[in-house]
Amino acid sequence: MWIDLVFWAGFAGLLWVNRSRPVFWPLLALGLLLLFNRFTTPGFFDLEIRDGRLYGSLVDVINQGSKVMLLALGMTLVIATGGVDLSVGAIMAIAGAVLAQVVGVAHLSVTVAIVAALAAGLLAGAWNGLLVAGLRIQPIVATLILMVAGRGIAQLITDGQIINFEQPALVFLGNGSLFGLPFTLTLVLAMFIFTALLVRGTALGLFIEAVGDNETASHFTGLSAQRVKFLVYVFAGFCAGLAGLVAASNIKSADANHAGLYLELDAILAVVVGGTALTGGRFQLAGSLVGALLIQTLSTTLYARNVSADIAPVPKAIVILAVCLLQSPVLRGKIARLGRFLPKTKGGAA
Amino acid sequence: MSEPILSCRGLTKRFPGVVALDGVDFFARPGEVHALMGENGAGKSTLIKALTGVHPRDAGEAVLAGKSIHPRSPREAEAAGISTVYQEVNLIPDLSVAENICLGRQETTLGFIRWGAIRERASAALARLGVAVDVDKTLSDCSIAIQQLVAIARATDISARVLILDEPTSSLDDSEVEELFTVVRRLRDEGWAIIFVSHFLDQVYALADRITVLRNGKLVGEFLAAELPRLQLVAHMMGRSINEVEALQHREPPARPAGEPLVSVRGFGRRASVRPLDLEVRRGEVLGLAGLLGSGRTEVARLLFGLDRADSGEMHVEGKPAAMRSPQASLRARFALTPEDRKSQAILPNLTVRENLIIALQARRGIWRKIPRQEQDRLVSQFTRALGIKTSSPEQLIRNLSGGNQQKVILARWLATEPRLLLLDEPTRGIDVGAQADIERLLAKLRDEGLAIIFICADTAELARNSQRIAVMRDRAKVAELTGADLNEQAIMRAIAHGDASHPSS
Repeated sequence: MWIDLVFWAGFAGLLWVNRSRPVFWPLLALGLLLLFNRFTTPGFFDLEIRDGRLYGSLVDVINQGSKVMLLALGMTLVIATGGVDLSVGAIMAIAGAVLAQVVGVAHLSVTVAIVAALAAGLLAGAWNGLLVAGLRIQPIVATLILMVAGRGIAQLITDGQIINFEQPALVFLGNGSLFGLPFTLTLVLAMFIFTALLVRGTALGLFIEAVGDNETASHFTGLSAQRVKFLVYVFAGFCAGLAGLVAASNIKSADANHAGLYLELDAILAVVVGGTALTGGRFQLAGSLVGALLIQTLSTTLYARNVSADIAPVPKAIVILAVCLLQSPVLRGKIARLGRFLPKTKGGAA
Repeated sequence: MSEPILSCRGLTKRFPGVVALDGVDFFARPGEVHALMGENGAGKSTLIKALTGVHPRDAGEAVLAGKSIHPRSPREAEAAGISTVYQEVNLIPDLSVAENICLGRQETTLGFIRWGAIRERASAALARLGVAVDVDKTLSDCSIAIQQLVAIARATDISARVLILDEPTSSLDDSEVEELFTVVRRLRDEGWAIIFVSHFLDQVYALADRITVLRNGKLVGEFLAAELPRLQLVAHMMGRSINEVEALQHREPPARPAGEPLVSVRGFGRRASVRPLDLEVRRGEVLGLAGLLGSGRTEVARLLFGLDRADSGEMHVEGKPAAMRSPQASLRARFALTPEDRKSQAILPNLTVRENLIIALQARRGIWRKIPRQEQDRLVSQFTRALGIKTSSPEQLIRNLSGGNQQKVILARWLATEPRLLLLDEPTRGIDVGAQADIERLLAKLRDEGLAIIFICADTAELARNSQRIAVMRDRAKVAELTGADLNEQAIMRAIAHGDASHPSS
């Protein structure tokens, strides 16, 4: 059982390293949930190698959670500017529809299909950005438009048909494995690194936080708040396009009605649980990924314990509420007054 | 002299790494206005917050009317008998005046609110203050001054005997301040013990009977206002000798430099904002902009910086036609503006001092060319030293700094962009005398280094001693331009009141 030991020691180390960062709390919650599963959910940690690839609940968590993780990356930046993007689920459906139409009906190459689907995501994001930054419509209203219309657009693209595809490269995207691990893990990690470089390697991250923290002051400073906002919606659209590819690949077809349904809500939740405040300002990119993992681990846990899908949202809600409360400075202050042992976190939000 | 109703002895409050309040004694007596003075960071706010339960004290005792009190929230302090009116009106703008006064203390019958009783009670509370306002009016439709009076009516509509006014006048004009003072004097005569916190020396001397001075969290002393000369008060607050303070106040600005104007505008204006005017400013010159609140001072700065667009006239920069269409354009032209309202227009409260300082320079470089971290750190250490910014670390959030230090960071933000024209809109408002002296000294230094500076200030004495020329604004138009021997308070006042016939506006 040395693997077990290494895993938990590694997790404890991760917590220790992040003890004074906002990501500590969602990470702690994830750790506790995994620990709970370790002792009470039989087979949760079982891993099995078949045909050179890993199977097990943990692998499912990563595979199933990958879509929300991708969405959460874009959503983090949008929320940091003080906005929100409700349309990412619908954009996933559009991207899937474009993908299936290009390979299944137009019979063009896989590369063209992927590029077209991602371009559709970018275009949809640009539309949102135009409404929010160009026409200054409130983000919740502006993105609601595409949230409502997006699935209709996807239906129009596929002409109401469910189009199947079998191209191995496309199937690999959502179901394949690389080095024994799901390919989606590589995809999420690559996208995470890309996003981190984009926001921290340039001044984009600082500008996003400045606009989210005080838009008027940013304007007085000579920052173009509208340009920053436009960029984050385009980026969120791109992330949604990518998630749409994965979703379509999972089921080897484009399903305009169900692809990415309600995932925008999971993505928002992941961002908030990860420690980024809905009011904008400081954002926690890694926190959002942990938040998405936490949400997926919860779902998988409930599934593994045979909790009916109809009542699963209730325990899910309770755990998420607990994590949000843990991050509330007010509540933490009260707990700290009782105990005086909890680590102090910079920033953080509930 | 009556016995104190509120006696505090040895009040102490520690925050991580700093003793904000160190064994301070403070007494409030009925029928007296007691001013609390000190520079930013002296401990005034901490003392107020300790009294009102926002930050419960760590040591010391507070006795109110013979009983020891330990408030843990403003509500508990209110129940004990200490009411507070804060700097920013913290009422609810969308509710009526009556609702704001009675909120949380509504009288009900079977759970239903008795609206008649609420209106009556609110009217009575306002009548006690001698204020005539329609209590059904929505609060946001009232002027800031009336809102301030409503806040006082709310604070005094309970059986408390101590009223704290925490910088109540910072957003009022002169006549509104007078109205407020009438109400405060009336309350004092009714036997309230009033604690008054303000940065304005004139107002303190107009209102206060007694003055307590704090410095660096310690008590400097308690004085009778009539027996404490102004200069002595300033010296106490700054911890310097009177001679040093006098030296600060008598500096002659040098003569106007020769040369072509850096920026000149002709017939420059915007409808419903500024009537067409001519202005020019040279390198190495401070042009003062005088005028009452609402006279168009700030609007001129907005136009020059491109926050608003001029719809008439023309602008020349170094003799070449130019137009500032946006703050971005101004940033490229090396213009800089520190705005009037520091809190809403300048600081990024939850970002660090470092981030606040480099943001304008970064905005000019654009998104993709990030200033390397080493360069950022160098800029921050250079400017914190040059401007004497007091912060525990460059990574401190700017909202944790005092007002004067925040203003210095905002100045540093713009100086880092190496501007040619610096527009300063009320740079010394709401900051203490020490920081104010620092900023005035900096102004002179930047001027001598060849910056063109436009300095907007409500304090005519401050304006007169720092400017080489003063343009006077009235009713959104430039009515006079003062130079040489006319650079004094009387001439400015005269121009504001009458315009000045000997210097007609163009």
